[in-house]
Amino acid sequence: MASENGAGADGANGTNGADGADGYTAREMMVSAAAREIEDGDVAFVGMRLPLIAFQVAVSTHAPNAMSVFESGVVRDDPADGFLHTMCDLPNLDRAVSTTGMLDVMGRLARGDIDVGFLGGAEIDRYGNLNTTRVHAGDREIRLPGSGGACDIACMSDRTVILMAHEPRRFVERVEYVTSPGHGEGGDWRAEESVPGGGPSALVTSKATFGFDDGGELYLRTVHPGEDADAVAADFPWDLRTREDVTGDPVGETAEPTDEVLSLVRGFDPDGFWTAD
Amino acid sequence: MPADKTTSMAEAVGRIEPGSTVAAGLALEHAIPFAAGHELARQGTDDLTLVGPISDVLFDQLVGAGLVSRVRAAWTGNVSAGSGYNFRRAVEAGDLSVENHSNFSVALSLHAAALGVPYLPTRSLLGSDIAEEPQFRIAEDPFEGERVVQVPAIAPDWAFVHVQRAAPTGDAHLWGNTGVTYEAVRAAEHVLVTAEEVVDLDVIKSDPSRTRITREQVDAVVEAPFGAHPSPVAGRYNRDNEYFLEYADATRDADGFGAWADEWVYGVDGREEYREKVERDLSVQEPTTAAEVTYGQ
Repeated sequence: MASENGAGADGANGTNGADGADGYTAREMMVSAAAREIEDGDVAFVGMRLPLIAFQVAVSTHAPNAMSVFESGVVRDDPADGFLHTMCDLPNLDRAVSTTGMLDVMGRLARGDIDVGFLGGAEIDRYGNLNTTRVHAGDREIRLPGSGGACDIACMSDRTVILMAHEPRRFVERVEYVTSPGHGEGGDWRAEESVPGGGPSALVTSKATFGFDDGGELYLRTVHPGEDADAVAADFPWDLRTREDVTGDPVGETAEPTDEVLSLVRGFDPDGFWTAD
Repeated sequence: MPADKTTSMAEAVGRIEPGSTVAAGLALEHAIPFAAGHELARQGTDDLTLVGPISDVLFDQLVGAGLVSRVRAAWTGNVSAGSGYNFRRAVEAGDLSVENHSNFSVALSLHAAALGVPYLPTRSLLGSDIAEEPQFRIAEDPFEGERVVQVPAIAPDWAFVHVQRAAPTGDAHLWGNTGVTYEAVRAAEHVLVTAEEVVDLDVIKSDPSRTRITREQVDAVVEAPFGAHPSPVAGRYNRDNEYFLEYADATRDADGFGAWADEWVYGVDGREEYREKVERDLSVQEPTTAAEVTYGQ
């Protein structure tokens, strides 16, 4: 697997092959795409796994003035010097800007001071509502771990970016339980419900990136190299809108991760614990 | 002389009555009081209600041990591996009552109790199905007329807190991220402090800004080196991630959990014996020393 061959990332293997998709994993692509959703100067509310790596990539490349806050109370302005399984691993505490408590960081979120928050989910629907509480498989109800801080991030961040493996069973007409509200039922739903933040602005899956239109509905923005837009759309149980429907521009191709980004990802996750396929 | 509150883990945990509400795992993945939790299991203290924001397998272990009637939490699982299988099994079998929260609503619940008020309002949760759970009320704020969610106070009977060092009096230093530790300590009726090290009170008083738990809040102090393993403790040891992964593999069915608990919980008589079973080197490789802090008069 390419992800285990970290040294190769310094070479040109992202560009010299006939098929660039062989040069990186789907999760590395997701990290790269997610990192681009962080703007310089953003205060990012960073969850676990891929978003954690995406922040480290962003602050190392195009967003050197970004800050990260974690629900545990950690506040950082740079990548941790060591691999992170969780936000509370010692490298994430070491040389942080601050290690404080949850009310402190959630207070910033509640005040509206967080620009971008990251979320994952077991299910997502047409309006970006997420479920991480319980799902059904046939007649059987499966209990999932629950919200953690995701509901708070979904409610109160200025915008949110959702990361999710591209599996058709995750795309549902209406989530069974709204753990983390997106754009609700569309339109002015968030304002009507008094949900303070701006809601989802992007979804990054292992095959494509998506935006949300003015009505809060998901639409296909770009497909990752090697993926087919029609096939991606067919994974959704509703008639998925596309960038063409929303802006008139055709669905694009997601930019590949640069060699610099791949090198960074493989530095932050040298064994591919989070980013191997 | 202030009272010496040091005691053994067995004695301290023996004070917790069946049916109690216990808050634990308050600093999220950091400094989880596993040693105290395992002693609860050995003593078979059951019918517990567990309170916490996220719980990184400690709640799953206590559920698996058959001690828990109710969980009031935002997330219960295994951060390294995803699911907590005992928790899943118990909920799906109808053996466990769950009050679904977000992290912030847990924090606000404890903070409300710490302030002595019945609830605190928030604009989080609005629009979610969590806000529709029976413990919450959606209301109109009386000043501006905005919708808010009223989050009821939770005052646990006990809070378990693991710290780097504490004096015998109960005054304690802790550093690293703290999650909802302070709110829970102030909300709880009783507090058990487990400490990597028990130190002279002079050590604590040399750096009062690092003292965030004081004696009047604390019932018992137990010296428990390695007491948070497999979770990390700043300056002491790293997260034992393999242990979390092995736990996930071992507990996919109830028999597997039984065998795991026989080895790691019931098969040891305390933390010293437990520690001898952990062979991985989790020591801090590159200690960072804070700049000196000067106080004076």
